[in-house]
Amino acid sequence: MSAEQASLPPSAVRARRHAAEGSAPGRPWTFWVLATLFVAYVLALYGPMFCIYVLSLQDVRGGLVFPMKGLSTHWFVDLFTQVRTGDVKGGFQRSFVLALLVTVLTVVGSFLAGLAFRNRFKGDGIVFYLMIGSLVAPGLVLGIGVGLLFQYFGLEAAWYTSALGAHLSWTLPFGVLVMFAVMSRFDRAWEEAARDLGASRWQIIWLVVVPILAPGLVAVALFGFTLSYDEFARTLQTSGSLNTLPLEIWSMTLNVTSPSLYALGTVTTIASFLIIGVCLGAIILIQKRRASQIAARAAE
Amino acid sequence: MSWLYASPLVIVLIPFFVAPIFVVIVASFLENDAFGGMVGHFTLANYAAVFSQELTWRLYLSTVKFAAITWAVTLVLGFWIAYFLVFHIRNQLLAIGLFLLCTVPFWTSNIIRMISWIPLLGKNGLINSVLISTGAIHEPLEFLLFSDFAVVVAYVHQLTIFMIVPIFNAMARIDKRTIEAARDAGASRFEIMRFIVVPLSKNGIALGSIFVLSIVMGDFFVVKVMSGGGSASIVSALFEDIAVLQYPPAAASAVVLLLVVVIMISLILRTVDVRKEIAQ
Repeated sequence: MSAEQASLPPSAVRARRHAAEGSAPGRPWTFWVLATLFVAYVLALYGPMFCIYVLSLQDVRGGLVFPMKGLSTHWFVDLFTQVRTGDVKGGFQRSFVLALLVTVLTVVGSFLAGLAFRNRFKGDGIVFYLMIGSLVAPGLVLGIGVGLLFQYFGLEAAWYTSALGAHLSWTLPFGVLVMFAVMSRFDRAWEEAARDLGASRWQIIWLVVVPILAPGLVAVALFGFTLSYDEFARTLQTSGSLNTLPLEIWSMTLNVTSPSLYALGTVTTIASFLIIGVCLGAIILIQKRRASQIAARAAE
Repeated sequence: MSWLYASPLVIVLIPFFVAPIFVVIVASFLENDAFGGMVGHFTLANYAAVFSQELTWRLYLSTVKFAAITWAVTLVLGFWIAYFLVFHIRNQLLAIGLFLLCTVPFWTSNIIRMISWIPLLGKNGLINSVLISTGAIHEPLEFLLFSDFAVVVAYVHQLTIFMIVPIFNAMARIDKRTIEAARDAGASRFEIMRFIVVPLSKNGIALGSIFVLSIVMGDFFVVKVMSGGGSASIVSALFEDIAVLQYPPAAASAVVLLLVVVIMISLILRTVDVRKEIAQ
């Protein structure tokens, strides 16, 4: 070791030592520039959101800008009791149920499509490009098409029919893309091993593939839920006579000029964060349990 | 068997993507009657109107301008943030944690994130108050909110994540030994960037660009709210037609927009094999 170092010029030795230690002086100047950029980005990402959470806690005198006037939950009460702020409670319930439906269908559909795309099949290119098309088509245009289609067939547009379909045309392709990334780490040898041991096709999927891909499936569920729960453009022409939550928020941004608007923002964000927390928690739990099972088996 | 697995996807895409787009295309060739209905006469008048109006060109110019600025800013931000996370953070757990920190707001409401700029950028907002109290300016800056500037801020705020994720994904797959080998062979940091990092991130950049460009081109609510009615986009103009039940002209405008977006996306897709990039 020392002989090798002695044969190198001193500057190279110093560089190598710095690289090995990862100490601050060894960091190139770009690190500090990019670290500053990153911190600025994260501040800009979260800063405005925190402003509205804080401002939603003002009392009766509160306005839309700083400085804070008082501290109370007045605007949250106002949000759920006043008629002029719209049907927030109903909108929330509809959005929640719709997002749950979309989540279940997205997880099942993306999982199966993910299995399908592992092999080449006739027309796979067409299905793939239809999927990309559905992903990039302007949401409002698609919504108008769905609305006209329902009108043509004399069907009544409703959040649980036309809006459900319009949401799926966006969450499903997204879910399949996530499945592609998840599937790329799946080793087909595991399936073959199960087949060699006499498992049926159903058993292979249910006892081997699904448990291995479980964290990825939870991620797909998270995307499905939140993309639907927040979807606006595709819902506008397809939700029928009753509004979902984003439509309520939209009409509030145009009509309401009180901190009620911020209170609604705070409430929906708390709901989003709860869902994110549950999903990330589930992923961590699955992986922990898996690690402990492997450890237990190794100990036997 | 693969077809059976793909069938749920196809069963959703046919009635909720293929059929609606087909209906919009059909509607674009129909005539409008006086009652907001459509008459079954074939006509090209809607397209003639779209192409002859000066408004159309103004709308495309303004939308393409927003798309180009947003694309450039999100690309620079997304590329360097992904680069920072992948190549500068040596603790992998920390890198994943910081990556998640960037993605969490993506899972919350876009509308709420948009309006959250109001207390900051407004005439009496935080930025103006701070600038006035420090004496940097005497009159509040008017261009901050309800302006093209605010529109770009909102787009960048919402869409940078669509650049970070695919570029991060592509960069994380770059074998670090490639870079070490280049360094040992005497490559400068610029050369490593130019000949290794950028080419190997190309697919991620393409994927991110597809998301950002298609979303900005199809957007209407960010423009409507953040410009305070001062600017319009193609879709926001089209939405005005729908509000007064002028379906055929709106449909013609939508078909033209779809074609433009499809051409843009297929030009990007020609440079990369997205399917390989995602699956691999």
